[in-house]
Amino acid sequence: MTDLAWIDIAFTNARPQVLGALLRYFRNLDIAEEAFQEACLRALKTWPDKGPPRDPVAWLIFVGRNSGIDAVRKQSKTQGLPDEEVISDTGDAESDLAERLDGSNYRDDILRLLFICCHPDLPATQQIALALRVVSGLSVTQIARAFLVSESAMEQRITRAKARVAAAGVPFETPGAVERTERMALVSAMIYLIYNEGYSAGGPGREASAFADEAIRLGRLLLRLFPAEPEIMGLLALMLLQQSRNMARFDADGQIILLEDQDRSLWCRTLIDEALALLDKAIRHRRPGPYQLQAAIAALHSRAKRAQDTDWSEIDLLYQTLERLHPSPVVTLNRAVAVAKLKGPEEALALVESLADKLDGYFYFHGLRGGLLAQLGRSHEAHIAFDRAIALAHSPAEAAHIRHQLDRLSVTAPAIAK
Amino acid sequence: MLYAILCYNDEDTVFSWSKEEEQATMDRLIAVQAPLREAGKLGPVARLMPTTAATTLRKGKNEPLVIDGPFAETKEQLLGFYVIDFETLDEAIEFSKKLAIANPGAGSYEIRPLHAFRPGTMAT
Repeated sequence: MTDLAWIDIAFTNARPQVLGALLRYFRNLDIAEEAFQEACLRALKTWPDKGPPRDPVAWLIFVGRNSGIDAVRKQSKTQGLPDEEVISDTGDAESDLAERLDGSNYRDDILRLLFICCHPDLPATQQIALALRVVSGLSVTQIARAFLVSESAMEQRITRAKARVAAAGVPFETPGAVERTERMALVSAMIYLIYNEGYSAGGPGREASAFADEAIRLGRLLLRLFPAEPEIMGLLALMLLQQSRNMARFDADGQIILLEDQDRSLWCRTLIDEALALLDKAIRHRRPGPYQLQAAIAALHSRAKRAQDTDWSEIDLLYQTLERLHPSPVVTLNRAVAVAKLKGPEEALALVESLADKLDGYFYFHGLRGGLLAQLGRSHEAHIAFDRAIALAHSPAEAAHIRHQLDRLSVTAPAIAK
Repeated sequence: MLYAILCYNDEDTVFSWSKEEEQATMDRLIAVQAPLREAGKLGPVARLMPTTAATTLRKGKNEPLVIDGPFAETKEQLLGFYVIDFETLDEAIEFSKKLAIANPGAGSYEIRPLHAFRPGTMAT
């Protein structure tokens, strides 16, 4: 790896800490971002020659803070430029700052930064875009390409999100225990949104699939800040388990391969092992939550050597627990898959039909319903359901998958027809 | 003398290598290990999961305390280790230098002589 690639990774990793600290200092996201940019530029000038500083994060905060003050002064035109030498010569001050920045400081800064991005006033797409831009430092071009919108539209979306956050006001005080828990729940949800954005875009080559890696990186960061939070362990475990199947999810033509048809030797053992270790740790806390339960379900799939070895009754139980803890029609829809395996399509269909009002606009609802109807030989109804699913598909791969089921339907239909 | 070489680095960075960076690094490391492996001096080589997967047992007054962690305050984390049979400390240092070159970025390597080494029986 070249020096510059190395420095680039260092910047990305330092970004949440540094930006979080600068935001606390300047209380303005734009100034903080500019100050961070400036600090990175200065680092690019000095690090390759002098080598990275002992504590890159403290270095960047120190230099960013100075250049931010400089910029604010320049804008107010009351003071001239400070001497370049003063800012470049950071040796002693930087180590001093590092001493004072302890873990809890980092923690709240990063949490605040993440919290701003998932501000409840923002729609999910803006939350994701803002987090990827501000916390992860992805370029507007990269984000726009992944969301399949023009660069100017994405630029606008991010600017609007920032304005909305600024107008809503950002709480800068150190959060209390209850507030911290609430923030963490929102932040976890946003990270999972980012993951899903990457996951559902799917397939190698699509820009958005990089979001999945980024979400995992943020999940690890969050867990290192709060190492004893079982739900964060659950969230990370869940993302790792889903990610472990990435190489098995699509065939050579980019078509979706269902879980039960996947070549399990392609599942990434390293990610599964890490997830199972996290899940073991989480369960010891005896504070089950939605992420832990979903991860536990995903883990049962990972533990099955072959699709037919899957412990569906345990999965059904976990879904029932999840329904009690976190009732949602989507959870019930997922349980219907387990019910279909355990008790057959008829009972599963009854469960699915009960969700019709709530999930009428949901791709998977019509997809699963179509599948169950097809199993029951109700081809005509299955056809209608599949058509509806195609209309709601998010990606060409999803649509193609349903079309494939439709094809199978027309092949088997004559045999079923009376 | 048997030496343990403990490899420390910033795990945030190491765990965000791309697949290509990861593979290139592993290739370089395997090349560094090769002569020792051929000479039959290379013992276990281990790469650790991230510290987020770790649990710590701390001796308390009565019951040992089980805590999640290690915690995130330190800049570098123990990410893996080697056990190698070296004639001299100099040899161990030379090898560690090669590791440092093969690994991108910063990082440090602690060289600790072993008192005892029992390979155990776990099948791999």
